[in-house]
Amino acid sequence: MEVNYLWLIPLVPLVSSAVIRFLGKKVLPRSLVHLIACSSVFVSFSVTVYAFFALKGLPEEQRYLTNGLFPWLDVGMLQTWIRFHFDPLSAVMTLVVTGVGFLIHLYSAGYMSHEKEYERYFAYLNLFMAMMLILVLADSLILMFVGWEGVGLCSYLLIGFWFGIKENADAGKKAFIVNRIGDFGFILGMLTLFWTLGLETNLWSFDISVLRNHADVFSNATVFGVPALTFATLMLFVGATGKSAQIPLYVWLPDAMAGPTPVSALIHAATMVTAGVYMIARLSFLFDQAPFTLNIVACVGAATAFFAATIGVAQNDIKKVLAYSTVSQLGYMFLACGVGAYASGIFHLMTHAFFKALLFLGAGSVIHAMSGEQDIRKMGGLRKKIPHTYRTFLIATLAIAGVPPLAGFFSKDEILWQAWNQNPVLWLVAVVAALLTAFYMFRLLFLTFFGECRANEEVKHHIHESPLTMILPLMILAGLSVVGGWVWWPSFIPISQIFPHWLETVVVVNHPHGSHSLEAILAFASLAVAGAGIYVAYQFYCVRTELPNFLATRWSGVYRLIQNKYWVDEIYERVFVNGTKRLSQACFWFDSKIVDGMVNGASRTLRILVLFDGTFDRWVVDGLVNFMGHQTAALGRQVRRLQTGQIQTYLGALAIALAAISLVWVSRTIGS
Amino acid sequence: MVSLSSYLLLGAFLFAAGLACILIRRNMIQVLMGVELIFNAAALNFVAFSHFTPSSLPQLALSGQVVALFIIVLAASEACVALALVLSVFRVFGTVHIDQVGELRG
Repeated sequence: MEVNYLWLIPLVPLVSSAVIRFLGKKVLPRSLVHLIACSSVFVSFSVTVYAFFALKGLPEEQRYLTNGLFPWLDVGMLQTWIRFHFDPLSAVMTLVVTGVGFLIHLYSAGYMSHEKEYERYFAYLNLFMAMMLILVLADSLILMFVGWEGVGLCSYLLIGFWFGIKENADAGKKAFIVNRIGDFGFILGMLTLFWTLGLETNLWSFDISVLRNHADVFSNATVFGVPALTFATLMLFVGATGKSAQIPLYVWLPDAMAGPTPVSALIHAATMVTAGVYMIARLSFLFDQAPFTLNIVACVGAATAFFAATIGVAQNDIKKVLAYSTVSQLGYMFLACGVGAYASGIFHLMTHAFFKALLFLGAGSVIHAMSGEQDIRKMGGLRKKIPHTYRTFLIATLAIAGVPPLAGFFSKDEILWQAWNQNPVLWLVAVVAALLTAFYMFRLLFLTFFGECRANEEVKHHIHESPLTMILPLMILAGLSVVGGWVWWPSFIPISQIFPHWLETVVVVNHPHGSHSLEAILAFASLAVAGAGIYVAYQFYCVRTELPNFLATRWSGVYRLIQNKYWVDEIYERVFVNGTKRLSQACFWFDSKIVDGMVNGASRTLRILVLFDGTFDRWVVDGLVNFMGHQTAALGRQVRRLQTGQIQTYLGALAIALAAISLVWVSRTIGS
Repeated sequence: MVSLSSYLLLGAFLFAAGLACILIRRNMIQVLMGVELIFNAAALNFVAFSHFTPSSLPQLALSGQVVALFIIVLAASEACVALALVLSVFRVFGTVHIDQVGELRG
C-alpha cells in the first residue's frame, strides 16, 4: 500500500542533526540540544509505531507499505527512486532502531552531560539514526548502500569522537578502512546482481522487489565462470562481515570501544553491526538459492561465535569483553542465516539489541560511577553502591547467558535447534560458545559487582548511582530483555509464535522436522551448559579466587594466546598493513626507476630525434627555400638593370628593335 | 635634277641625327633640338614626295607642302609647351639634366 508518511522516519533525525550541528554551538542552549535530538528520534519512533499498526491492519499477502518520494537516478534504462519500503522485516528493524535509539539518546543526555562538544555528539548520533533508518527502509540496494555507507561514516566519526587522543583517532580509522574492504564486496555483489538481472531480463534495476520477482533468472547466469548468484551473495556476505564484524573483518569492533559508551551501545552493539544480518535476511530469497554461500555463512558465523567467545574470556576491559561478546553474538545471527533460519537470526538480532544495549549502558553507568575506570580488575563490590545498575546488569547478563525465561534463551535456543537440524557439528560449536558466553559474562558480573572493591580510595569515594535519565533507559531495556523473547516460544511450549508468523511473508521460516522431545532435550542441554558456565564462573571468581591465576600460570601459553586475541591484530599488522607499505614502496621504486626511466629515456630519444630533424630542417629544407629566394633575388638583380627609368634607354632599344625589324622586313621583301 | 632618293637620304640622315640627339643628349633643351630635327626630316619627306607626285593625280597637288606647313606650326607650338615644361622643371629641380629629374625611382 502506498502511504505518504514513511519519509518522516529518516528525515526528522536528519534535519535535527543538521539543525544541531549548525546552530547547536552558538544559538541553541545546551538543554535544547538534547531535547531536539531526543524528540526527533521519538518522532521517528512514533511514526514507526503508527506505520506498524497500519501494517498490522493489512491482509497478510499485501502486508507492506511503500513511500516513493522522487526519481533519484534516471539514466538510460535505469530509473531508481528514493522509495521507502516498510514490511514486517523492516518493521522489526525500524522499531528496534528507533526504540533502542531513543532510549540511548535519552541515556546520552545524562552520560555526556559533562562533555564540552555536546552538540557535535548529538548531531552525529542523530545523523547515524537517519542513515540507519535509510538503510533499513531502503527499497533498492543502492539506497540501502547509501545508508550502509552513512552508518559507516557516523561510526567512524563517533569512534573518533575524542580524536584528541591518538588511539581513538586510529580506532576510527581502522573501523573505516576495514569497513571499506567489506563495502567493496557489497558494491561488487550489488553490481553483479544489477548486471546479471539486466543481461538476463533487460530490466535494469536495483530494486529489491524487482530482484525478488525475478530471483529465478539468476540460476543459470555465470560471472567469470562462477554461478552469478554464488558470486554475488558471497560478495554481499563479504560486505556483511565488514559491517557486522565477522571473521576475518571483525578486528575493528573491539577497537571501536574507543568511542563514548552510549555509541558503543547503539552503533557497535544494538543496531549498526546488525546491518549485515538484516541485509542477508532482506535478500534471503537470493541466499536461499546459493547453498554454497549459505554454508560459508554458517561456518563463518559459528567460527566467529566460538573464537570471539574464547577471546572474551581473558579480557580485562569491561567494554572489550562486551565487544567480543557482541562479535560472538553476531556470529550466532550469521549461523542462523547460514542454516536458512533467517527469522531466528532476526529474532536474536532483536533480543540481542535489547540486552546488549542494556549491558553497554550498564557498563557506561559503571564507568561513570568509577570515574572513567574500565579495568574490571580494579572494580568489585559495586552491587551495594549502584543497585539499580547492578539489577539491570544482572538481568542482561542472565539474558545473554541464556537463562529462561529471559529473551536470550529463546532466541539462542532457536538458533541452536535450527543449527542442530542442519549439522550437529555447528550445534556443538555454538553450544561451546554458549558455555563460554555464560562463563565470561558472569566473570564480568562477579568481578564488577561482587567481592571487595579493588579501586583506590579516591575513586571509591566518588562512586555514585547514575542520574534518572540514565537509569530509566536501563530499566526499560531490562524490561524488554525479560519479555522480548516471549514472542517466539519453542515449539514444545505452545504459548506464542507471533514472531515467525509475522516475518513469514518476507523471509522463509522453516520449521525443522525434528521432534518436540528432541528439541526439548537440546533446550535443556543448552540450559545445563549455561548453568555450568555460571557455576564455573562462580567458583572461579567468588569462591576459589586463586584458581584463575593458577590456571593462567599453569597454561600460560594458551592464556597468553587468548589474552592477546590470537595475535590477529599483530598478524594483520604484519601481513596487510606492512604488506601494503612494502607494496607501496615497491610501487614507488617501480615508479621512480622503471616508469620514470622509461619516460626519461623516451624524452631523451625524442630529443636526439628532434636534433636530427632540426638539422635537416635547418640545412635541407631551409636551404632549399633560401636557395630559391636567393636565385630569385639574383635574377631580379640582373633584370633590374633593364629598367633604368631613363626613357632614352627605352627609346634607344625601341629604335634599335625597329631598325632590326625594318632590316629583316626589307631584306625579306627584297629576297622575295 | 636632284633625285627623290637624295631627298629621302637627307631626310633619313636628319631623322637619324635627331634620334641620336634624343637618345644621347642628357640636356632637355638638346633633346628638344633633336625633336626639331626629326620634325624637319618628316617635313622634308612630305615636301619631296609632294614634289614628285605625278601630274595624273591633281587632287594630291601641293598636299605635302600643306602638311609641312602644319608641321612647322605644330613644331612651334610643341616647342612652346616643351620649353615651358623645361622651365618649370628647372624651377622645381634646379636642373634640366634628365638623369637628375626623377621622382618615381625608389
